[in-house]
Amino acid sequence: MIRIPLRPLPRVLQARAQGENPLHIERENLRLRHEQMRDQARRRAEWRLIFLAAFFFMGFALIGARMGLLAASPPHEAAAFQGEDIAAFRAEIQDRNGRILATNLVTNSLYAELRYMVDGARAAQELARILPEVDADRLAARLTDPNRRFVWIRARLSPEQVQAVHEIGEPGLLFGPREMRLYPNGHLAAHVLGGTSYGQQGVSAAEIIGTAGIEHRLDEQLRDPATADAPLRLSLDVTAQAIAAEVLDSGINMLGARAGSVIIMDAHSGEVVTMVSLPDFDPNNRPAPPTEGDPTDSPLFNHAVQGVYELGSVMKAFAVAQALELELVTTETMVDTRGPLRIGRHSINDFRNYGAQLSVSDVFVRSSNIGTARLAQQIGAERQREFLRSFGFLEPATIELAETARARPQFPDRWSEISSVTISYGHGLSTSPLQLAAGYATLVNGGTRVVPTMLRRTAHVPGERLISERTSATMRSLMRQVVTRGTASMAEVEGFAFGGKTGTADKPDARGGYARDRVIATFAGAFPMNDPRYVVVVTLDEPNETSSGEARRTAGWTVVPVAAEIVRRTAPLLGVRPQSNAESTAAIEAALRLR
Amino acid sequence: MRSLFYVLSSLAIMALAVWAYNENHKTQQSKAQVAELRREIRSLREAISVQRAEWAFLNRPDRLRDLAEVNFDRLKLMPITGAQFGRIDEIVYPLPEPEPAISDAIEVLGEIRHTAEDERP
Repeated sequence: MIRIPLRPLPRVLQARAQGENPLHIERENLRLRHEQMRDQARRRAEWRLIFLAAFFFMGFALIGARMGLLAASPPHEAAAFQGEDIAAFRAEIQDRNGRILATNLVTNSLYAELRYMVDGARAAQELARILPEVDADRLAARLTDPNRRFVWIRARLSPEQVQAVHEIGEPGLLFGPREMRLYPNGHLAAHVLGGTSYGQQGVSAAEIIGTAGIEHRLDEQLRDPATADAPLRLSLDVTAQAIAAEVLDSGINMLGARAGSVIIMDAHSGEVVTMVSLPDFDPNNRPAPPTEGDPTDSPLFNHAVQGVYELGSVMKAFAVAQALELELVTTETMVDTRGPLRIGRHSINDFRNYGAQLSVSDVFVRSSNIGTARLAQQIGAERQREFLRSFGFLEPATIELAETARARPQFPDRWSEISSVTISYGHGLSTSPLQLAAGYATLVNGGTRVVPTMLRRTAHVPGERLISERTSATMRSLMRQVVTRGTASMAEVEGFAFGGKTGTADKPDARGGYARDRVIATFAGAFPMNDPRYVVVVTLDEPNETSSGEARRTAGWTVVPVAAEIVRRTAPLLGVRPQSNAESTAAIEAALRLR
Repeated sequence: MRSLFYVLSSLAIMALAVWAYNENHKTQQSKAQVAELRREIRSLREAISVQRAEWAFLNRPDRLRDLAEVNFDRLKLMPITGAQFGRIDEIVYPLPEPEPAISDAIEVLGEIRHTAEDERP
């Protein structure tokens, strides 16, 4: 800024020359300068005011616009806070019809905060009165310990107990909400469900983790908060399961068996509709695993999945099916059954003498070891091994239960001729009833591979083809004949054309040989045989039928009536239409002629 | 003129402030109400899950079986078997209603319609 001097010399000199007072010039200039300064200050002040006004106006407009927008926008709920949508942090488990197998319940846990505690000794006394398992003296010692601040007393309390604890009136006793896994059906399907226990515990929540069965195998999925609202649908049918358990239980009691198992499986999709293993346990209060003794005696042992046994004659079905599939024989081919059959140092005998020769169908229907051994010799060890491998008998079953991985089938490393022969009639290859059921499903369903599952399937894709439709039809006819004229005559179930194969296997004893008086009796079959919908496998561990005065242990006298009763009771509930024997026999024979 | 503008604008601001305060208050109230409803929903959900568990517990198959046995005298429930099913052609048709006895007088109400078919030779 150029400042105009207050007393510019030329003008002062000029004024002096004209006799004017030079002070006027100075005043004049001073006045002008002041005016200039005033204008400047005024402009600045005005600009500030405008700026402020604009600022306020904009702020006002902004807030107004925001409010207008908020008022105009459609209302929506604020984000849900935790615990509102999900009453359950672990998904429910339901059966195939939506009946609850496992759900959650909120209960209370009890703990003590010692800084609020008024009279720890009295509280301990009172708690011992309410909770019988609490030791009053030990609890009193913990509740009055000056070094402690916090004491867990109990993980779960019933509502009555909560009320009783309230009535003690001790401010140091506090409750935390606690989710609890509830199995309303008690023992039913205990082995499938497994059980749960608490993982990490906090005051306000505790982690529930699966310890066995499907709870353990699908733990991640069940705990996933994203799917906690969607129940897990199993393939089980609660009603059929309950009936099978009831019938099996009375069978076990009547026959004095140690244990038993039942599997009913959809012959096409592999959905397990019923899986019973007795003795069982209550998953609400899962017992601790045994630390001594035979683990198979424990109620925790799932005989249907973990019970890997040599199952005996039921395996003959696979030898016969393979011989038919390879077109080595037809059902009419005569097989030499003169015994004993000597292979190396071993000799093979039949349960009774069947004479010089039997047709292949009679070998199966009357269950000749020697006849089956001859078929196995024709098939050869290598082909037999591959055939059994394709059925999945050489690896653990793939079902959604935690126990399967530990249940490895047992078979000889060297598949020699003698092992091939013994395996053909069910000795030397140990497998579980579950795998047997899957194998039988393939034999009768038209020949496609079945992968057993515990989960409900909506769409069904047929598996890989293992045997031809024709062989499958022949096997159905043979299995039906086992019931109509063979070893399982007690399996006749009016209206449901039940058929299958019996198996009685001596149990291995501790010395490496076979026990003479302890057997595993198995019946594997399917119904209705003209168009099998369900495969049934029933096993009994050490049954004894003594009604006639002498002990009879063969499957035909022990497990077959049990299996028949299970089918008689469950088939109508599984939606199988009863039909006359003439109808089903005609259908079975028509299927044989078709190809 | 100017003072009128000032008065009007300050009145407008006061009115807006009152309105904004009211809206704020209502929002707070709604929020409290929503929280209250949520608590209620949660407790109802818990109650539903308890009821469902109880329903499943009361319907467990062994209890129903025991009840059916205890009440056998009244209900006479037997296990279902294949013999209890029948085919549709096994059901007899109802017998035709017996025709009413012919009495002497027959009274008919209504009129007889003549249609084209009646007049056909």
